[in-house]
Amino acid sequence: MEFEKLSLIELCDGIKSQKYTSKEVVEYFVKRCEEKKDLKAVIEVFNDAIYCAEEIDEKIKRGEKVGVLAGVPIAIKDNILYNGKKMGCASKFMQDFVAPYSSTVVEKLLKEGAVIIGRTNMDEFAMGGSCENTCYGSCHNAIDFDCVAGGSSGGSAVAVAAGLVPCAIGTDTGGSIRQPASFNGVVGIKSTYGRVSRYGIVAFASSLDQACPITKTIDDCELVLSVIEGRDIHDGTTISGTMKEDYKPKDKRLTLGICKQIIEKLSEIEGAKEGYRKYKLAVEKLKDTFDIVEVDIPHITSSLACYYIIAPAEATSNLARFDGVKYTRRAEGTKDLESVYVQSRSEGFGREVQRRIVLGNFVLSSGYFDAYYNKAKKVQRLLRREFKKAFESCDALIMPTTIGTAFKIGEKLDDPISMYMEDLFTVPANIAGIPAISIPYAKGENGLPLGMQFMADERGEEVLFEVGKKFQETLGGKLL
Amino acid sequence: MSYIDGYDIVIGLEIHAELKTKTKVFCSCKNEFGAQPNTNTCPVCTGMPGALPILNKRAVELAIKAGLSFGCDISRYSVFERKNYFYPDLSKAYQISQLVYPLCVGGKVELDSGKTIRLNRIHLEEDAGKLTHISKAVGTLVDYNRGGTPLIEMVTEPDFSSAEEVVEFLKKVRENLVFENIANCYMEEGGMRCDVNLSLKKKGTSELGIRTEMKNLNSFKSVQRAIEYEAKRQAEVLSGGGVVIQETRKWNDDKGKSTSMRTKEQAQDYRYFPDPDILALNISDEDIERVKDEMVMLPAKRREVYQEEYGLPLYDAQILTSSKYISDYFEKCVSLLNLPKKISNWIMVDLLKLIKEQEDILFPISEKALTDIIKMVEDKLINKTVGIKLMEKTIESGEEPLKLAKEMNLLVTISDEQIIELLKKLKGENEKVASDYKVEPARVEGFIVGYVMKNTGGKANAGKVKELIKSVFDN
Repeated sequence: MEFEKLSLIELCDGIKSQKYTSKEVVEYFVKRCEEKKDLKAVIEVFNDAIYCAEEIDEKIKRGEKVGVLAGVPIAIKDNILYNGKKMGCASKFMQDFVAPYSSTVVEKLLKEGAVIIGRTNMDEFAMGGSCENTCYGSCHNAIDFDCVAGGSSGGSAVAVAAGLVPCAIGTDTGGSIRQPASFNGVVGIKSTYGRVSRYGIVAFASSLDQACPITKTIDDCELVLSVIEGRDIHDGTTISGTMKEDYKPKDKRLTLGICKQIIEKLSEIEGAKEGYRKYKLAVEKLKDTFDIVEVDIPHITSSLACYYIIAPAEATSNLARFDGVKYTRRAEGTKDLESVYVQSRSEGFGREVQRRIVLGNFVLSSGYFDAYYNKAKKVQRLLRREFKKAFESCDALIMPTTIGTAFKIGEKLDDPISMYMEDLFTVPANIAGIPAISIPYAKGENGLPLGMQFMADERGEEVLFEVGKKFQETLGGKLL
Repeated sequence: MSYIDGYDIVIGLEIHAELKTKTKVFCSCKNEFGAQPNTNTCPVCTGMPGALPILNKRAVELAIKAGLSFGCDISRYSVFERKNYFYPDLSKAYQISQLVYPLCVGGKVELDSGKTIRLNRIHLEEDAGKLTHISKAVGTLVDYNRGGTPLIEMVTEPDFSSAEEVVEFLKKVRENLVFENIANCYMEEGGMRCDVNLSLKKKGTSELGIRTEMKNLNSFKSVQRAIEYEAKRQAEVLSGGGVVIQETRKWNDDKGKSTSMRTKEQAQDYRYFPDPDILALNISDEDIERVKDEMVMLPAKRREVYQEEYGLPLYDAQILTSSKYISDYFEKCVSLLNLPKKISNWIMVDLLKLIKEQEDILFPISEKALTDIIKMVEDKLINKTVGIKLMEKTIESGEEPLKLAKEMNLLVTISDEQIIELLKKLKGENEKVASDYKVEPARVEGFIVGYVMKNTGGKANAGKVKELIKSVFDN
């Protein structure tokens, strides 16, 4: 049986109804991970995955109650802690680290019977948009081996797209789930800030990070997110209630908002021509299903600047604990405490991480704090108000996930600004703390996929699922 | 103080006190002193990747309580910030503290002289771990047990002008914190530490001099000595035409002097910013009322009541308020038997003597039992000496004093009639006494009482005898 052709929900049903066993499914995917090793998507398959699958099978055989994800394999990004398993953040600095406890996300997946099958490649410490900044070697796009996976959750997106797992958990700080999902033709969501606990996930930018699923279908995405969501006593920033509880169905047609400023930007950017054309085509088709209005979010294009101040500021502080003293590799030949810090961190962190640490220290340093950090926080507050206002006239915003399709490996490595521009359309959702989903909808001339992004007001994940499913129905299962 | 002739000393303080919470401020590890190294630790307080802080509500309440006890304004909006610096005892490489929006603002402490010391703020923060330097070969060991224990930092305005004022202030601060059960302030365990900012100012001018900061002074004596040393040092620098360098200095108590740790140029930029892991605190009136409800009357106020309402001398009032326990004990006794001065004497002289050496005073006799004994003495059922014996016996046996007194046959059982009988007998036998009494009763009273005592085996109540002498000898 070709399990990779099935959705996560189909696999769940098959295992529960004993059409096939969890062991068969997990063994199958373990084998696929082996076969597709060259993609560098899954960087370690956990050796107890099959054992865990057998345990679930036993329970099912005995007729015991099992969770909603019973027996299905799920991979986790290399920055999510799973007790007793290695976790490296794709950094050579962290290659000796074994997680001493499990993240809340992993605990919740295990509680529902999921089999954590392995960990996926990423940009080091989740910093990057191509999955090239990694100590495991660049991850390859699932459709075109010469192209990037996108990032930072590139490994997770490729693993799902290439059929190595039915679902992988990624993290999204500025687009790190949605952009690689778009590049590989899979579904990826970034939830409302606080929807998913960050406990046990290596922090990049604490006020923006969310861990969420990457899947083949919207239904799968919804199911897995409903498992990992919820208030957590270990994370004071989590919100109470569930997506279902927050959902208020509407009787009338849903309204989609087209953001004027995004359209202007799209028409300006040279590399966005194809994306813009496809986007217009899709919007045209959607007019039968949705009411479509134009909305104003004047500062939306300032999101990127805000992001590259707030995220590095928080990252600088979050990454300070990786100091060569406790669990990171300590440089050899150090002569005093200062040199332990300086040499270990200089050797341990890659270029992109160091660049952002320097940037973060700069914007926090005395004399610059108000001009940068405080100003960015002000713009963030303004932006949140503008989004709130926009959602008074529409249920969801519709915009491209990325400027274009996946670029070639190596193409943007020496051009950080161009790489940062990759986050242009995804970052606003993180800055505003609102949910956003990327759904594959088109194919470029190069045969690579493009994702459409929808954003809803905070706590509006169910609106996104509803809109997304209607969107896919309207397109009739075909890529534009 | 001749060494600083011509200068006024200007001092401001930063005081750290460890809060008496069961658990640490951002995790559920035990907050206790003296456990085996790294046993009271978890992913949060060892700064493991992915671990997140959860604010301990009790720590916030205690910090608010501290604020209320010093008359601070309690902020309705308060923010925790990260103070970023690298040091091996700081597991996350940042300390969670407060900068722009502290929990408590303002406040004051009044010294005995009537001078007011203004507080700038009180904020809540976490403590760091502890380093132990073994040797060059072995290196340095780190213990994170103390990491993440809750601290309040109190910052004063530069209102002090002598070491004596500083020490008096510190004692008053400690008294409040201990009384309110906010902190133990065991200075030898680092439960209360003090940083001193000191500068000199030419007498008669208002321009402040350049200040230095002395870190982690953890006894009253070292505070006193460090201030005196630093004032003298600065005076010498200035008198010699030099300039005081703005720096942080480390006090060495053994050598009795301080040395430079780092100068202003070497000072760190802590790059404070709001901690994104902890939501801003909104404190309601109800929160503050809840804390107020658990507050007790502070020692200064109690002393006032003891002196004015109970008529006790200041000395008594001071001893009775030396701990909340003694003070509460005393007040309970007074509520049972309205003889404050008598009770005060019993507690101060007789009871405290028994337990002088103990660190944590706990009287081994209940308020009820003590006041029962005092009442027997006052009712002249026993004399004071017997009363003290009875108190010791009560402590030893744990029995009720009245029951004990009966069993031991301590109670006065000589009836008035028996006393009168004896007195009549004496009057008849000894004419001299009778006639002397008529002239000068006071002179022979002692002899008469002694006679009755001798003939009753000491069981007659002397007071009672004195009363009855009149009725027999006057006619």
